[in-house]
This record gives sequence, structure tokens and C-alpha cells, in this order.
Amino acid sequence: MPNEDNGALSPPADLSVELAGVRLKNPVVAVSGCFGFGREYGEWFDLGRLGGICAKGLTLRPRKGNPPPRAAETPMGMLNSVGLQNPGVEVFLRDELPFLRRFDTAVIANISGGDPAEYAEMAGLIGDAADALEVNISCPNIKAGGLQFGADPALAAEVTAAVKNRAKCPAIVKLTPNVTDIAAIARAVWDAGADGLSLINTLTGLRIDPVTRRPVLRMNTGGLSGPAVLPVALRCVWQVSGLGLPILGMGGVSTALEAAEMMLAGASAVGVGTALFRDPLSALNIVQGLAAFAAEQGIARIRELTGGIRPWET
Amino acid sequence: MLTAILQNKAIAKDIYDLRAAMETAPEPVPGQFVHIDCGGGLLLRRPLSLCGYDNGIARLVYAARGEGTRRLSRRRPGERLDMLGPLGRGFVMDSRPALLVGGGIGVPPLVFCADRAEGRVHAVLGFRNADAVCLTEAFASAEVLTDDGSAGAKGYPHEALRAHLQTGDWARVLACGPVPMLRAVAKVCAEHGVECQVSLEERMACGVGACLVCACGVNGDYKRVCADGPVFDAREVEWDA
Repeated sequence: MPNEDNGALSPPADLSVELAGVRLKNPVVAVSGCFGFGREYGEWFDLGRLGGICAKGLTLRPRKGNPPPRAAETPMGMLNSVGLQNPGVEVFLRDELPFLRRFDTAVIANISGGDPAEYAEMAGLIGDAADALEVNISCPNIKAGGLQFGADPALAAEVTAAVKNRAKCPAIVKLTPNVTDIAAIARAVWDAGADGLSLINTLTGLRIDPVTRRPVLRMNTGGLSGPAVLPVALRCVWQVSGLGLPILGMGGVSTALEAAEMMLAGASAVGVGTALFRDPLSALNIVQGLAAFAAEQGIARIRELTGGIRPWET
Repeated sequence: MLTAILQNKAIAKDIYDLRAAMETAPEPVPGQFVHIDCGGGLLLRRPLSLCGYDNGIARLVYAARGEGTRRLSRRRPGERLDMLGPLGRGFVMDSRPALLVGGGIGVPPLVFCADRAEGRVHAVLGFRNADAVCLTEAFASAEVLTDDGSAGAKGYPHEALRAHLQTGDWARVLACGPVPMLRAVAKVCAEHGVECQVSLEERMACGVGACLVCACGVNGDYKRVCADGPVFDAREVEWDA
């Protein structure tokens, strides 16, 4: 009698990947801003089961964040305007990083500055205490800095070079999709020495209460995330993948098959963020789902998926 | 957590009473909430305060007002319900006498408070009009007010509260309702030097404290309604932030 369950006989797939020189036990990384400093979701599951954690976005000094309301639901997505509320890099290093370090997972520190010097100073303070830096040049929710660095190739390069000058761990630059040509920004930060790319940050959006005629968010506009942005994220990742820089791909991923899509588009690792709000265990389910997908497809090493898209001739 | 809807019926205009199995330890306390997938493919869950908890069954009384709660109101007994919780920090209670002050759909968590109270409690319950009145029978001692006088006395809860604090020996006030009511209640309590705990509401995403969208101004900082609250000391809340 033929064995109809051949998949079960093949050894489990190797889920480990490498992102900008950092080894991850699996490709699934918690997205910055959706995961705090890990303590909350640490109540739900063992953080050591994640490939990595991008910690909540940091600034040099503590930041209070934007006034509420900070969130609005949208069709298959949500807007947020948190505005980088965080305790500052020094509190992170003293009070939060030691907690994250208890788990066998890569820790990526997300940094935002008001000018290139501030980014550099933060990179210096963090040193090699994190496994990598995620250089946020794409936050849509702060008035100065943020998006403006990510929308201009020269400024993006300047921030990247300043960070690289001080960084003692790999620097992954987080890009915004709110630009005409994301590949041009990617090239600029590559030229400036970036070790990898992270994309996409949120898309700017707006919702209005038709009765009061007021925007739902107190800051009027916010950043769109969730399933609605998945195709935009896949397109952006694919567009910048030609450079050959390692990519942490994110944007709307909520299932293992979507994570596989993100890898096929060119990502070495995949961020899971907004999906956690619906299901705190979604990131773990994606890890398991990727293993199942690999077994089903006869893929021995999950990293083989990266860049495996077979685009049609057009 | 997947559970089953045991009951989901209207008890007043657009007000529903839902019961669902919820196995949890330790048991939820009054003021805590559950985060519910209302169904119909909405991305975000909706936080609902617990109205009660007995023998492994959670009671939720909610207004079908927004898109999520309207979808929830159409769910039927026997259907599966995806619910996280109990979440958040609830009311702090002891055996001292407490006044419960509720406005509209802020009344349900106070039912839970009355049920768990170890000391004397009295409820002051305000509603827009007679159509909105609900749950008053759940309190052993309660008075009802409406904005238009169509049921109970005409007036606002903070006015009735003032009379109680002038004459009675109440140790604390536990309040839930719309922000203008809570602000007025907090002011009356401050005037009389009486402790006041308020349950706040804000748009939420994660519900567990990770995403920081449900911010409220407390003591010069933004706190998380979902994890630092929803119950806060009224003196620390920045009502006009």
C-alpha cells in the first residue's frame, strides 16, 4: 500500500535565515511599534520562539507621543498616530533590553532622530547591545524628521552614513512606501553603507467622521497597516530586491502563505505586526505554518524562498 | 480564546445582553474587560466591560451602536465567539460603603461591582431617556435619572451624587459612563474629598498594552487604557487633555 503521507517522513525544514549578518532561528520577526518591548506578548507565549523582535521605536529623549484618538479602523486595516511614544534610548538599555535578552531571539533596536547626529548618537549608545539597528527614516506620525528623511535620497543617505559611522551592529534602514520611487531611496541608503533594508512602514491615510466632519484621529492623518497594505508591501519589497541587500519584509502579513509570498518577493525575514492585535499567537502560527508549507513543498531550507518569485515576461 | 455564545438578546433599545462561557483563572474582577472579535471580517477586536461572571459564564451588556457591536448583536446562541480576556485593571473595592455612578452603557460594569461588593453600595444611574434604561433591577439599592425625565427623576448623576456626598458617609465612588459625566462626577468627588475611581474608554487595537493606541492623559503622561486601566484614580485623569 502506498504511503500517502510522504510529507511526514521528510525531515523538518530548516527554518533558520540570515538577515544582514544576523542569524535568526526562523524568519518571523515582531514588528516595531506593535510589540512594545515584548513584556505584554511575553505573557502570551515564549518570546524565544520568534526569529527576532524589533523593539518599540526609540528616540534619544523620552517622547510623550500624540494626543488621542490614535487609532481608526479601516477596511481590512487600521490607522495609527501613536507618534513614537517611548521612554528614550537610555531607559530602553537599562530597563527593557535586559528583559528581551532573557530570550533566545534576535533583538533589533528601532531608532528615530531629529537629525543625522541624533541617529548617530543613538547608534553609539546602543553599540553592540542589540543584534541590529532598524533605522527608522519613515515614521509618518511625527512633525520633524521621520518621514522627511525617508522621502529624500540625499537625506536618507546622510542618516545612513551617520549611523554606520557609529554603529557596532548591522544597520537595517526602514523605508517608507510614501514616495514616488522607493528603489531610488533604497539605492541611496545602499550606497551609504546600509547592511539591510526594512520595509514597508505605514502608508499615510485619513478617516473622517461624516457627522462631525472631524478626522477620526486627533492628528488628522495616520499610518495605515494591516491586510489592506499587503500587496503594496509585496510590490515594494520586490522593487528593491534587485539591489541584493538583505530585506526584512513587512506589511499586512497575517498568514504563513503571506509570509512565504513576502520571502518570494525578496525578503530574508518577515515582520508580523498588526496581525498580532487580532490574534496574539499569529506570529507563532506563522512560524508553524511556514514549517508545514516547507514540508508540503519539499523545501529543505526556508531561506530558499527568498527572491524565488518567477515573474512573468511582460 | 474560542467560546460559545449562550445568549444574545435585546434588553432595551439597541442594548444587548450576551452570555458566553469563559473558563479563566483567576476569576475576573469588576472593571475588567474582554476583547472580542465581533465577526464579519472586521480587523480589530472590540473591548467590552464585563457585566458579570458566574460559574464560568461571562455576561456582557453592550450597545449596538458602531459597526462592530452591530455585527455582534446579530450573532446567535450556539455560534462560536473569539474572545481575549479578562484584560485590564478593574475597580479596587473593599468593605467600605461605595456609591456606584453609571451613565448609559457605562452601567454594566457597575452591576458586576454591586454583585461583588462586600460592603453597602447604592447606585445612581443616569440614562438619556426611558428607552435607554436598562439593568436597574440588577441593583439592590438604586435610583434612576433621565436627562429628559421620561423615567425616574429628571436630572444628571453628578447632581444626585452631590446630595449623597453631602448627607451620607460614603468612602468611595466608582463610576463609568460618558466622559462629560465622569468629569462632573470627578469634580463633585474632589469637592467632597471622596475617593473616586473611573472606568475610561478609548479606541483600542491590541488590548494588551503593546501598541499604545488607547492613550489617555494621566498624571502628565499618556497611560494605556487597556493595560494601565481601564479604571483610573479620577484625581490623576487629565479631563481636558
